[in-house]
Formats: sequence, C-alpha cells, structure tokens
Amino acid sequence: MIPSAFTFYKPENIEKAVSLMVDFGDEARVIAGGHSLIPVMKQRLTDIKHLIDLSGINEIKGIEITDNRISIGAMTTQVELINNEELFKKAPIIREASLQIADPQVRNLGTIGGNVANGDPANDMPGLMQLLDATYKLSGSKGVRDVKAREFYEGAYFTVREDDEILISISFEAPSGGYAYEKQKRKIGDYATAAAGVILKVENNMCSSASIALTNLSDTPVYCNKAVDIILGKEIDNNILTQVTEACVEQSDPVADQRGPVEFKKYVAGIVIKKALTRAIERT
Amino acid sequence: MEKINVIMTVNGKEETLSVEPRTLLVHALREHLDYTGAHIGCSSSHCGACTIDMNGKSVKSCTVFAPQAEGSEILTVEGIGSPDKLHAIQEMFKEHHGLQCGYCTPGMIMRSYRFLQENPNPTEEEVRFGISGNLCRCTGYQNIVKSIMAAADKIRDEANVEKKEIA
Repeated sequence: MIPSAFTFYKPENIEKAVSLMVDFGDEARVIAGGHSLIPVMKQRLTDIKHLIDLSGINEIKGIEITDNRISIGAMTTQVELINNEELFKKAPIIREASLQIADPQVRNLGTIGGNVANGDPANDMPGLMQLLDATYKLSGSKGVRDVKAREFYEGAYFTVREDDEILISISFEAPSGGYAYEKQKRKIGDYATAAAGVILKVENNMCSSASIALTNLSDTPVYCNKAVDIILGKEIDNNILTQVTEACVEQSDPVADQRGPVEFKKYVAGIVIKKALTRAIERT
Repeated sequence: MEKINVIMTVNGKEETLSVEPRTLLVHALREHLDYTGAHIGCSSSHCGACTIDMNGKSVKSCTVFAPQAEGSEILTVEGIGSPDKLHAIQEMFKEHHGLQCGYCTPGMIMRSYRFLQENPNPTEEEVRFGISGNLCRCTGYQNIVKSIMAAADKIRDEANVEKKEIA
C-alpha cells in the first residue's frame, strides 16, 4: 500500500510550521508519530499534498513538572510517558493508560499530541485528558490559545482546532486520590471495545472529589458529569457504585461496529466502569 | 514527483538514497538498499514482520516514511548476525525451533534484540508482553518465547564470561 504523492517539510520551529499551514491550507497536514495518519494515507482515505513533520521542533518535546503542574510537549512519545519516573510519581494513571495503547513498537513512535489532536474517539488519551481536566495549548496564525480537553472534541475527527493551528502542549494538575484506567479490547494493539478512567478521593468513607471519563463509547470522549454529581459527597457503598455506573452508561452513546452491537458495548462499558471505580477506591 | 535525498546509517554503513517522500522505510530498505530482512506482512503496523531498530528503538518500518528516518541509525536483521556467525538470539531460535514458516522471524528477532537490551532478565510474561506487537500465525508462540528466554540466558552467560576475562 503506497500513499499518493506529497511534498515533505521538516520545519525546526513552530512559527515555520504554522506559516506552512497558512500557505497550504487544507492541503497540508502535520505528522507526529504517524501511526494514525500513515495507515489512512496508505489506504488513500485522505489526500494530503503537503506533509509537515513536527519531529524537528525541539520546543514541543519533553515533560516538565513544576510543583504540581505537569506540562507535556505534544511530540512526547508514549514510551517517554511510560518511562518518566517523575511523571509516574505525580500521575501514575498516565503510565497505566499508556501501557494499554497499541504495542511496544507503536508506543515508541506514537505521541501524546497526535493521540489527542487527531480526534479519533477510539484513542485513549482524549478520555484520559478529560479525566484529568487537562488544557491544550494551540499555536496558529492568530497566536497561542488554551482550550480545555473537555471542550476540544466536537465529533469523530472534528475538534475546535482551526486548520492553521498546531497542538503544542498539554498541561494538567497532578491528580490526587485513587485512580484506575480499565480497557477492554479484543487483543493487544486493538482499540477499546470500552474503556473507563476514574480518579477519586474518599475521606471518612465519603467521596470528596471525583472524575470519570469514557473512551470509544461515543463519537467523542465522554466526561461523565452526571455520575460525578451523583457520587460527590456520598458514602461509598455498593448501591452508590451501581447508580454511578448506570449514570455513566446512560451518558455513553456507542455505535455498532466490528467490536460488537450497541447493547454489548453498553454491557462492557458497565463492567469496565465498575472495575475502574472499584480499583480506584482500593487505591485511595 | 520530485525525489529528495535521505541520508541514514544502515547496519553501520552511511547510505544516501534518492527517493520520493512517500517511500516507506521498509521499501527503502528492501528495494533501494537490498536489505530484504525486514518483511512486509500486513503493511498496516499490526503484524511486526517489518520491525527494525531505529535510533535504538524497535519500530515498524512499514509505518515510517523514508524522510522521517533522515539522519537515523538503522539496524536490520542483516546487521546483527551472519550465516557463519549467528547472533545468540538467532542461534536460540534455531536450537529451540522458534519458527515454522519463518516469515515473522526477522521481525521477532529484531524485536527480541531490543527487548533483551531493555530487559536482560525477563520473565516469560514480560517476554510475551515485549513481543506483543509481533504476530506469528504458525507457532502459537510457545517456541518463540522459549527461544527468547534461552537467548536471554545465553547473552547473560556470555556477558559474565567477558567480565571474568577482563578481571
């Protein structure tokens, strides 16, 4: 499988990359790790005339931690997220989720920026970033702006990113409390049939803070605000966990595909959500 | 379409290629440089038959464009051993029958080569997770895992002998 022809650019800073995007408009695309983009180019599902490789831009690589604020450059690879001990201490859920993405070779090239900016509802990082209430920094011809992960996704492959904008970094506060990212998939390397992330704090058996988000259960990631409202301030028991799980499943809106019909996906969603809740509580 | 020059080091030798930007790394290696060790299986980054080492990391060369590999150090199965002097991993695949048709083998060997440097003393479970990006449709993986475990032992033994010799 060979993609249609394109010209290749490797700018060494963001300004040059953005100016190429302005010049070429929707005929240009940026490439990060390429493990979502190259397969669709090979299948000729997209027609790209100008490919802009971001790997030469050092300012958008690496992980910075200042007190409890974590900032991750868009070109940071999944394996770098997994191997960073400081990040693991501050936000262990990143390693737990990243290890469930694709396989070792793909994680060596796949980046956090590509994973979140592509807008593929099957990707794990968008749900994870909504869970962490992360902020995305975008750079474009009109300057730099911040967008909340919870407000970034509009539909499958549609985001609020403008054509000439490039995602440059992702930042969030180090979470506290118990955490879990549970993913049900058919095999290693597959996308989730259903996945759920939970972060919560329990004080005196009462839930004092909570966040829940789902992956591949709608055309965007799902932040479960209704379930969060139900669990906040409540005593944790089996009854409340069932109510919370039901509220999450209620907010999901999966489509039937090769991973199963809607009923099956909602059933699996219920299982991964309950598992994630239980494990997060065990870890508080 | 206009060709561009890409310079990379392959198995220790600097190579300059004149390729279309859309040339995949696996095609560049196989068709331009005649390193046919990297195989094309699924061509969609699932099967791992095209696994090579790029800048000290295992990657699937069917999902990298040649110009993305500009300036990189590439190692293919041709670069780790030869028919008269097999690498310990190749020897153990031979001894433990870690293959049947052999199509996935160069990818398996290149992934094992890097994996055993990342984790020289793995458990069987770690081996299975380490090669989870490589598919084999013949063996059921039993003998592949056995071969990699045996290769880990052999590489550790060789390292110990070297240490003693130096001492």
